[in-house]
Amino acid sequence: MADALLSIRDLAVSFQGREAGGSRPLRGVDLEVGPGEVHALVGESGSGKTLTATCVLGLLPVPPARIEAGSIRFQGRELLGLAERERRKLRGRRIGMVFQEPSKYLNPSMRVGEQIVEALILHLGLSRRGARARAAELLELVGLPGGRQILRRYPHELSGGMRQRVMIAMAVSCEPALLIADEPTTALDVTLQRQILRLLLELRDRLGMAVLFVSHDLAVVHGISERVSVIYCGKIVESGSRERVFGRPLHPYTQALLASVPEASRRGTRLAAIPGTVPDAAHVPAGCAFHPRCPLAVEKCRLEVPALLDYAAGPPGRAPAGGEAGASSHLAACHLAGRS
Amino acid sequence: MIRRPAARRLYYAALLFLAILGAAAIAAPLVAPYSPTEQHLDRRLAPPSRTHLLGTDNLGRDLLSRTIYGSRSALLVGIVSVAISALLGSLVGLVAALSSPSLDNLLMLVMDSLLSFPTVLLAITVVSFLGYGLVQVMIAVGVIYAPTFARLVRAETLALKNEGYVEASQALGTPQVLVVFRHILPNLLGKVVVQCSITFALTVVIEASLSYLGLGAQPPTPSWGLMLKDARDYLVQAPWMALYPGLALAFTVLCFNILGDSLSERLNPKL
Repeated sequence: MADALLSIRDLAVSFQGREAGGSRPLRGVDLEVGPGEVHALVGESGSGKTLTATCVLGLLPVPPARIEAGSIRFQGRELLGLAERERRKLRGRRIGMVFQEPSKYLNPSMRVGEQIVEALILHLGLSRRGARARAAELLELVGLPGGRQILRRYPHELSGGMRQRVMIAMAVSCEPALLIADEPTTALDVTLQRQILRLLLELRDRLGMAVLFVSHDLAVVHGISERVSVIYCGKIVESGSRERVFGRPLHPYTQALLASVPEASRRGTRLAAIPGTVPDAAHVPAGCAFHPRCPLAVEKCRLEVPALLDYAAGPPGRAPAGGEAGASSHLAACHLAGRS
Repeated sequence: MIRRPAARRLYYAALLFLAILGAAAIAAPLVAPYSPTEQHLDRRLAPPSRTHLLGTDNLGRDLLSRTIYGSRSALLVGIVSVAISALLGSLVGLVAALSSPSLDNLLMLVMDSLLSFPTVLLAITVVSFLGYGLVQVMIAVGVIYAPTFARLVRAETLALKNEGYVEASQALGTPQVLVVFRHILPNLLGKVVVQCSITFALTVVIEASLSYLGLGAQPPTPSWGLMLKDARDYLVQAPWMALYPGLALAFTVLCFNILGDSLSERLNPKL
């Protein structure tokens, strides 16, 4: 997709640590988000989901962390190496971010309204009065009627769901082209989860923004996404439309993840679990990172890192490093993919 | 809010005492029955009586008036030096917490070496460089107590820096200076105010000590430390000379400490 909104290629990040060589939590992430698309980034804890999002925003803590390679293009513009001033103009203005725990991400000593108007005054140059009016509108937009009263409240006076709505209002306040939602429903109960997901989809339609939805929850991802990318140990292992990834998963890791979701139809059978744990980023196995936990692993998996190839049209064609992936592509990084 | 009623009463009592002290210091010319320097040589070392409620000293000066005027030196030194140390220390602490690790190490090394000297000794050194007098004492004490503020502010800032809302604000594209002013400073304020109150008590003691040693307030300026110094030679003949400035000093320090404790309870959102 030449006109991708966000295109991450071969992004590698390392952290200096006590151990020699440090760790490499991202080992070449390839990800494309089209305009207006809801793209889910799925992975276990420690797989590099949130780190990828942090890189896009440019909030990586740079002394311990280092971007080793790769590129992040947003609206055709390379973000890596861009001056901090320029990146700041994108943050909040073109790229919004919703965080996991709304209670931690709102300043307890500031009224909610003060926090919403921050970006409006900064990026849109609104007057304080104008920004307050806009903030009240935004609260209505995210389903908090009577926005004016809520502007005067402190975060502790709001419920968890209301706080998350406030966070979303802050993130979409400047009508960004891309909204990054980092596990926005994890801290909420299930009924609230549905409401927040519906709200995100509604806002996507109204504002025409793309959503990069970071989550470990496959049920939630299935409910919201159009495309799904599965990340394991800092590398995308599978990426495709929701129907393809959930219907015909190619990578054994995706298959194992899907098998481990409890389902009513499999009642009475034992729930499948993936043996072992995610390797820590300082000790990623050679070859395919998943091979020690993979039931199908063969010799080649131990030695060679599999490339991310397109299996949409049957036999694999080499996908040029995560790019040119049309909406219909179905990428997987597995030596055994497509061989039944 | 302070939960225990006894602690709450103590807090209000301390507040009341300090308010009276502050009012007396401001309105000293109106409240004091005599001029603090006026000598009544015929009434030297007079015990407390109706004309001199707290008695007189070796030069026949009214002790009540001197104690009231003495609160001016104590409070003035307190206010100015606490302001100096709070501003200086907070600035150093903020810069250390937000800058590069090497600058952080350097600044903290300087602060730690200041902290390692005995306070009075350091004050004497600074005052002997700058010369005697209350202004010099204020500067000296202000510099000496800056490291406690620097340590406090640095530690708090390091913790606040990783708070979600700071990251969220950065994610909205807010420049770092603005993030500091909007999200870090206001959340530091409570801790700094508490530290101010406790430091105030310490500076009152230091001012008295330096004046007692003859390095602070110079005669005839009324100062509690100076009054204690004069009283030293007449402890047997006229114990009231030492008693009243001593009590004023002790109560002031006690009340500032109670205030600090109570404020830390009141301003702590976790209690």
